[in-house]
Amino acid sequence: MAALLAIENLTVAYDKVEAVRDVSLSIEPGQIVTVIGPNGAGKTTLLGAAIGLLRWRGRMSYDGLDLRRLDVEARIERGFCLVPEKRELFGDLTVADNLLLGGFTRRRDRAGLKQSLDDVYGRFPRLSERRRQLASTLSGGERQMLALGRALMSRPRLLMLDEPSLGLAPLIVREVFRIIASLRETGVSILLVEQNARAALETADVGYVLETGEIVHSGRAADLMHDPRVTASYLGGH
Amino acid sequence: MTAAQLRLAGLGAIVLLAFFPAILSPFSITLLNFIGIYALAVLGLVLLTGIGGMLSFGQAAFVGIAAYATAWVTVKQGYSPWLGLALALVLTAAIAAILGGVTLRLGGHFLSLSTIAWGLAIYFLFGNLPMLGQFNGISDIPPISIAGFSLAASQRIYYLIWIILIVALVLAANLLGSRQGRAIRALRGGRIMVESLGIDPFRIKLVTFVLAALLSALSGWLYAHMSRFVSPAPFDVNVGILYLLMAMVGGMGHLSGAVLGATIVTLLRNSIQDYLPKIAFSASGQVEVVVFAVLFILLLQRARGGLAPFALRYLPRVQPTPPKLVGALDHRRQPDRGTPILAVSEATRRFGGLVAVNSVSFEVEAGEILGLIGPNGAGKTTMFNLITGALPLDQGRIAFLGRDITHLPQRLIARAGIARTFQHVKLRPHMTLLDTVLLGTYGRTSSGFLGGALLLDRAEEHRAEAEAMRQLQRVGLADRAFDLAGNLPLGNQRLLEIARALAADPALLVLDEPAAGLRTAEKAELTRLLQALRAEGLTILLVEHDMDFVMGLVDRTVVMDFGSKLCEGAPDAVRADPRVQEAYLGGVV
Amino acid sequence: MTGEIAAILAVDGIASGAIYLLIGLGLVLIFAVTRVIFVPFGDIAAFTALSLASLETGTRPGTVALVAGLAVLATLIECTALVRAGALSRLPRALLFYLVLPLLPAAAVWLVAGMALSMPVRIALSLALVLPIAPLLDRIVFRPIADASVLLLLTVAVALHFALSGMGLLFFGPEGVRTKPLVDAVFEVAGLIVNAQTLLIVVAAVVFSGLLFLVFEYTLLGKALRATAINRTGARLVGIRPATTGTIAYLLASLLAGISGVLIAPVTTIFYDSGFLIGLKAFVGAIIAGMTSYPGTALGSLLVGLLESYSSFWSSAYKEVVVFGILIPVLLWRSLSMAATDDEETEE
Repeated sequence: MAALLAIENLTVAYDKVEAVRDVSLSIEPGQIVTVIGPNGAGKTTLLGAAIGLLRWRGRMSYDGLDLRRLDVEARIERGFCLVPEKRELFGDLTVADNLLLGGFTRRRDRAGLKQSLDDVYGRFPRLSERRRQLASTLSGGERQMLALGRALMSRPRLLMLDEPSLGLAPLIVREVFRIIASLRETGVSILLVEQNARAALETADVGYVLETGEIVHSGRAADLMHDPRVTASYLGGH
Repeated sequence: MTAAQLRLAGLGAIVLLAFFPAILSPFSITLLNFIGIYALAVLGLVLLTGIGGMLSFGQAAFVGIAAYATAWVTVKQGYSPWLGLALALVLTAAIAAILGGVTLRLGGHFLSLSTIAWGLAIYFLFGNLPMLGQFNGISDIPPISIAGFSLAASQRIYYLIWIILIVALVLAANLLGSRQGRAIRALRGGRIMVESLGIDPFRIKLVTFVLAALLSALSGWLYAHMSRFVSPAPFDVNVGILYLLMAMVGGMGHLSGAVLGATIVTLLRNSIQDYLPKIAFSASGQVEVVVFAVLFILLLQRARGGLAPFALRYLPRVQPTPPKLVGALDHRRQPDRGTPILAVSEATRRFGGLVAVNSVSFEVEAGEILGLIGPNGAGKTTMFNLITGALPLDQGRIAFLGRDITHLPQRLIARAGIARTFQHVKLRPHMTLLDTVLLGTYGRTSSGFLGGALLLDRAEEHRAEAEAMRQLQRVGLADRAFDLAGNLPLGNQRLLEIARALAADPALLVLDEPAAGLRTAEKAELTRLLQALRAEGLTILLVEHDMDFVMGLVDRTVVMDFGSKLCEGAPDAVRADPRVQEAYLGGVV
Repeated sequence: MTGEIAAILAVDGIASGAIYLLIGLGLVLIFAVTRVIFVPFGDIAAFTALSLASLETGTRPGTVALVAGLAVLATLIECTALVRAGALSRLPRALLFYLVLPLLPAAAVWLVAGMALSMPVRIALSLALVLPIAPLLDRIVFRPIADASVLLLLTVAVALHFALSGMGLLFFGPEGVRTKPLVDAVFEVAGLIVNAQTLLIVVAAVVFSGLLFLVFEYTLLGKALRATAINRTGARLVGIRPATTGTIAYLLASLLAGISGVLIAPVTTIFYDSGFLIGLKAFVGAIIAGMTSYPGTALGSLLVGLLESYSSFWSSAYKEVVVFGILIPVLLWRSLSMAATDDEETEE
């Protein structure tokens, strides 16, 4: 099967400091792929380059299209989305408006949007309760749900999630991972960047370990779970 | 090329300048006079905008205030131009101090917009005040004379103009190399880092603003007595833009850019005025404006650095000599090991609907390394910013060395003995490593602006340099003292921040994720450094995400989760705590 | 000053405040969406007035040449950029937006300039003619440096104003113009004679700022504009192109500036360079509101208008000094009330 996202020899540098070096990875349709690694390893940089927010060298293609030719917005229009670590919500707009804008690329499909909005509210009842509230007044978990919901409004084919469990209570973390797993059933492919290595590897099909900008291990997530080199560093030494 | 050779070359250039009136035509000398006068005002703008980061469109107004002040004193009151100079300087400085005091606390673009507004206000004031001759201006201004020797001829005032310009350049260069000058150079890029070193950015900005105005005042005084006539037009806002253009063409970041830019733009303007009437005889003045504006925009789009960086590339480089390790700054006596040094009680901070830090209390004892740990987003960095004063508390109290620091501004907390590093390193990429660490000594030294400009600070400066070099040696970067901070890899940048913090001679060193992004070997090196510092009696609080790094290093840990303190204790005990396992080590799905 | 004079001055002040409001709203809009402090808005207003005056006298407005020149330049820049990026498929769209659409009104004006036109047609043509100027300038001047700091963008905007006003002289000549009144009636309100033109200015300001509010509050387009202003990265991540919202913001703001030009042309003599002072006074109003608040801008503009009106009664020579001087106490107040905020600038 052709890869949905193929990254080959990606290098991203800030000035002279290379934050990501010669990274290659690929995602098949319907797969959940995770990239784990310590803080500062370059995980967020990797996603930033993939979505087109950062300058990069190397080769990347999405759905057979050369990503050099697509800007961020063109990627979004083609169903390639990012839920960033900082969430990047519209704080002074309501929850409903945030979701509405999430469907900006489908603005002509009013009926479809209505349907998606109902889906998101069904998935996240909390957002439905707070639809008239400003996004800036939400708690951390609600923000994460809103960011996820906003991305789902564009009906993504490939969703990149940057630290979705960041700052969330264990109960909510579980909920988030349950949702991630359930998205697979709707046919969405996922690239998941996580510090919560155990949960990420349990959810994913394939895993990569990123350290100081380079991929040091990769393989089936289930194998990585039992790889002593990985467990020692990332799974609390158990 | 050595510094001595460079000085010789400079001297040669000055001798050449001295012979110009004998070689060049009177018209060329007049042009050179204008260049010198413009360069003085542009020099102020380079200091203010290029180096200090404050954009002003209103420099021409300061030139005008000085020119009108001296014109009024000499023509309307009949006094000497030297009294005119005194009034020009005093009046300009006073007005600059008031305007700066009002606008410099505001964000960058407010200052800039207000410079347009007061530039216009002052222009209209010149044009309407009867005592200043309204739009007709003031004519018959007497020439400057020195001990009865009149400087009416342009070949004579030439010497005064260029002597003043060269002295100003030398003093400005001295200043930038001094304690306060480093603070000016550190202004660009945000105030948090500057304040964390005990520097008051507002005061530095205000003094820089007044200095720039004083340079404009000198320019205006010379202008009035050279052209012997003042009217509002040369001090309009569009002339303020012309000064900016000169600074931009020459190179905003370099003092030499002022002379370079003034020269190029003046000559260009002169040739445009020669040729344009032949191409477009009507409205040539407007075509000139359009040409310059378009040129300016292109320059801003394509070559923001100006010409000075190109020119400097072709000049031979001066090899800097590393400072001698002689003398030292006074060190503080560290508090006795085991005594409480920092006490945080019920600290709370909210962001909108988010409670980032929720009633957290803990203590740090002198001589220990305390690790503040927790998952990402637990509120560690916020806690950190509360301690260092980068953020105000909503509730709670923080005491340091027995003193309440809850409501102290950041720079006074820094002065009290808390030095910090940043999670996202905050360095000025264009400063050398040595200068970066010297910034850290700001709170332990006392030289002022004048002392720096007149080189009266050398003894203290040498001691500070010795101190800075020692700190660079300690983190292993001494052999790169003259490299630019921006050229270091991330790991070294973190070490450089630690050296900078150590140069402040703190009682408590607080480190925000010092191991993030470091390789294994670098982490080991960092561990050794921190252990050595602890052995010397320094207290260290570190916020860290990397468990292995923390556990091997710290004496005690405080664990945070969801903005609240989860538990505290020895690393092993904390690691075994099931709540920590759940929250931190990857809650099992 | 008698009560009657005070009332007359107040009416005058409100009318000029309304003009500053229209321009000020545009300034705040552009700043919020693109971070550009678009100093040349006053010039846009002045160019509308000058174009309207040319159409009245049956001459071809200089704006036609200006728009044509800008359109060609913008098209060249856009097409070069597209060819370099290898996005040839987007060329026809670029030609439509940067060449055909801006040139349509220019061509129409060029054709009908000599004819006797009714006032609404003249106004519509002038507005349509001036509308593309700011978006084209955005493409030529600001788009290549969209990521630059606010200060750099401001410097460019100021330089751009000088370029525009210089071109204004070349295209329109040094003569001042005053157009025919839009409405010719006089009312008496509570014993006070009010010119219908004055009333029209105030009504237009209220109506158009109300429309702007409705667009912002109730349309997806308005929300996309606000989203770009609140969080550019967030906007890009949902597929909103800041460049496109920027163009829309420029169009909306140009419309406001153009309308203020049409309104002011019958009551004040407009020269090629009159825009600068009008624009800057609108700025003073917007700065009073911190460049971010729309209702605040309305109050600020009103304050500037009243201040100008009253100070011109005391001494017309010093009215500019007073209006620009007022910024100093205003900024003092703002700096005291905003002392706690920190804007971490990234200027390196």
